[in-house]
Amino acid sequence: MAEEIRAESYVGFDTITQQIEHKLLKRGFQFNVIAVGQTGMGKSTLINTIFASHLIDTKGRFASDEPVRQTTEIQAVSHVIVENGVKLRLNIVDTPGYGDQVNNEGCWDPIIKYIKDQHSAYLRKELTAMRDRYIQDTRIHCCLYFINPTGHSLRPVDVIVMKKLSEVVNVVPVIAKADSLTIEEREAFKIKIREELIYHNIRLYPFDTDEYDEEELQLNESIRNIIPFAIVGSETNVLIDGKSVRGRKNRWGVVNVEDPTHCEFVNLRDFLTRTHLQDLIETTAQIHYEAFRSKQLLALKEGVNQRPGAVATPQ
Amino acid sequence: MPLPKTRRKSRAKGVQFTLMVVGASGTGRTTFVNTLVESDLLEHKICDDPHATAMEEPVNIKPVNIELEEDGTRVSLTIVDTPGFGDNIDNDLAFQEIVNYLERQYDDILAEQSRIKRNPRFRDNRVHALLYFVPPTGHHLREIDIRLMQKLSHRVNVIPVIGRADSFTVSELKGFKKRIMEDIQHYDIPVYNFPYDVEEDDEETIEMNQELRALLPFAIISSEEEVNIDGEAVRARVYPWGVAQVDNPDHSDFTILRSAILGTHMYDLKSLTEEVLYETYRTEKLSKAVHGYDRESSILPEDLANQSVLIKEEQLRKEEEKLREIELRVQREINEKRQQLLAKEESLRNLESRLASQGSESALASPIPSSITSPGSPAPY
Repeated sequence: MAEEIRAESYVGFDTITQQIEHKLLKRGFQFNVIAVGQTGMGKSTLINTIFASHLIDTKGRFASDEPVRQTTEIQAVSHVIVENGVKLRLNIVDTPGYGDQVNNEGCWDPIIKYIKDQHSAYLRKELTAMRDRYIQDTRIHCCLYFINPTGHSLRPVDVIVMKKLSEVVNVVPVIAKADSLTIEEREAFKIKIREELIYHNIRLYPFDTDEYDEEELQLNESIRNIIPFAIVGSETNVLIDGKSVRGRKNRWGVVNVEDPTHCEFVNLRDFLTRTHLQDLIETTAQIHYEAFRSKQLLALKEGVNQRPGAVATPQ
Repeated sequence: MPLPKTRRKSRAKGVQFTLMVVGASGTGRTTFVNTLVESDLLEHKICDDPHATAMEEPVNIKPVNIELEEDGTRVSLTIVDTPGFGDNIDNDLAFQEIVNYLERQYDDILAEQSRIKRNPRFRDNRVHALLYFVPPTGHHLREIDIRLMQKLSHRVNVIPVIGRADSFTVSELKGFKKRIMEDIQHYDIPVYNFPYDVEEDDEETIEMNQELRALLPFAIISSEEEVNIDGEAVRARVYPWGVAQVDNPDHSDFTILRSAILGTHMYDLKSLTEEVLYETYRTEKLSKAVHGYDRESSILPEDLANQSVLIKEEQLRKEEEKLREIELRVQREINEKRQQLLAKEESLRNLESRLASQGSESALASPIPSSITSPGSPAPY
């Protein structure tokens, strides 16, 4: 282990952090998120609420004569948001019509395939001899999984899909439309969900690694105690005590989306954008993408070795 | 089939009414029924075992009875709950089960009526009304909702309700109700829409039916718990931002729905079931018997038998697989033990031949250890 030296006079290489920042500010950041859940769970609304902008439209059927059976056309919508000079390039993927049919067998396959395709595209670009300086990153950094607020437990389809998703992407489960649950119902529901997630060995983000220090580990622990986030989304404002806040005025009161005693929106928003944004991007590259990459490259090697008269790849 | 309670000849027998509730778990079915009958008639879904909740279950159709008093009339209410519907990944079978149940009740009464010697205590289990719980998505009807309501409304009076309507604002609810009714019209789903005759019925009846029709689908909030509001015990749900009251018509259509199905429209629902829906089924069934082939799409008793056979076959197959696995395992263990035995015998034989070649002197000098003379005793594993 190299000994740490203190230079005799100020050199000035500590400004590298500002140099990096300067470069990054110019380049901007890329963040890709996918929302998975049944129609009517408030996926589009939540995304719009998190980024405080109208980014995606709800995908529900707008007219009675539109076809009921929607092929799950998965497409990304791109936006660029600027905040204090920082450019965030956002890719949002919505999953319409998932789970609405009588027989929903395999309705998750297109979603898993889409996520894997992004890894695949990146790998291909990376392996190209003449590759771009900055590879366009479409890999999904975060998957928000919307759970129905039934108050009972996870449904069989939730268990299957979350398990499959957690193998390829960072999964963050949320309880959609939590304003239909009382606080007691919500807490009981969360406990059941957590039990089931543990029982089925579903690995959720955040993961703990050796790189984290005490503070970060504690933060992760506190996140794990809130998951799944019980959220309410809103793109409209209401007046509460003279202040204009995002909320919903229903028939017996006003739900303040930004009030932590009403719902956990603020916790989710801070988690995704203020504390773990960079980590989400990094773990996608270092854990999920790496796993995909090694599997692919090993398979490639196997394929080469199995072909008769093939040139052996140098070890 | 439970028989009706002992008849008190001095009092008139209560009116019999059968109500079925259909909807995925979590749409508020159980709470609604318990709120309706003001008791813990139905059990809530128990979710203690994470293994069980992830398993797919077939739908479990079970009728429960309760006696009520509504506006001075005694009602012998039968609730038919359908837990397990809509929760599975593939709900086709559950779908069929519900339709089959409805038709079986018709079959029963058809058979009973055609008997020479009829059973005086025969219980009429025909379903008079079916409440279909639409999940509160806020968008349009889903494919499963449309298909099921289409199929069911030919056999029973279907009344669509929005269970758990807590999350909606006033305008969202209005929009949702409108979209659902548009879908119902577009897909020609003949739901029970409080019919009235402009010429025959009086003003009051017409107005009442129009009002009820305009409220469809009923958006209900139910609660089995009571809270204290201004000294009164009120059935409500308490949120951090307000209290949703079950019996407040501004909050929930619960009271209106209750008085309609258990009061003002109970007879209408019954007579429609007995005189129109049943008769239609009867005609279809009998004309099929006459013509001998399937014209309509209703399920024949053979198909019903086929389905239960399919389920049984599936179960048998699973058991067979398990048995086969156990067999393989046992076989493997036997083989292993045999190998060990052979190896031991081999070593024994080697030892014996070695001893023999070393001559009788060494044999006499050193006693043979007991572990060799008793090859049957297994070494501790």
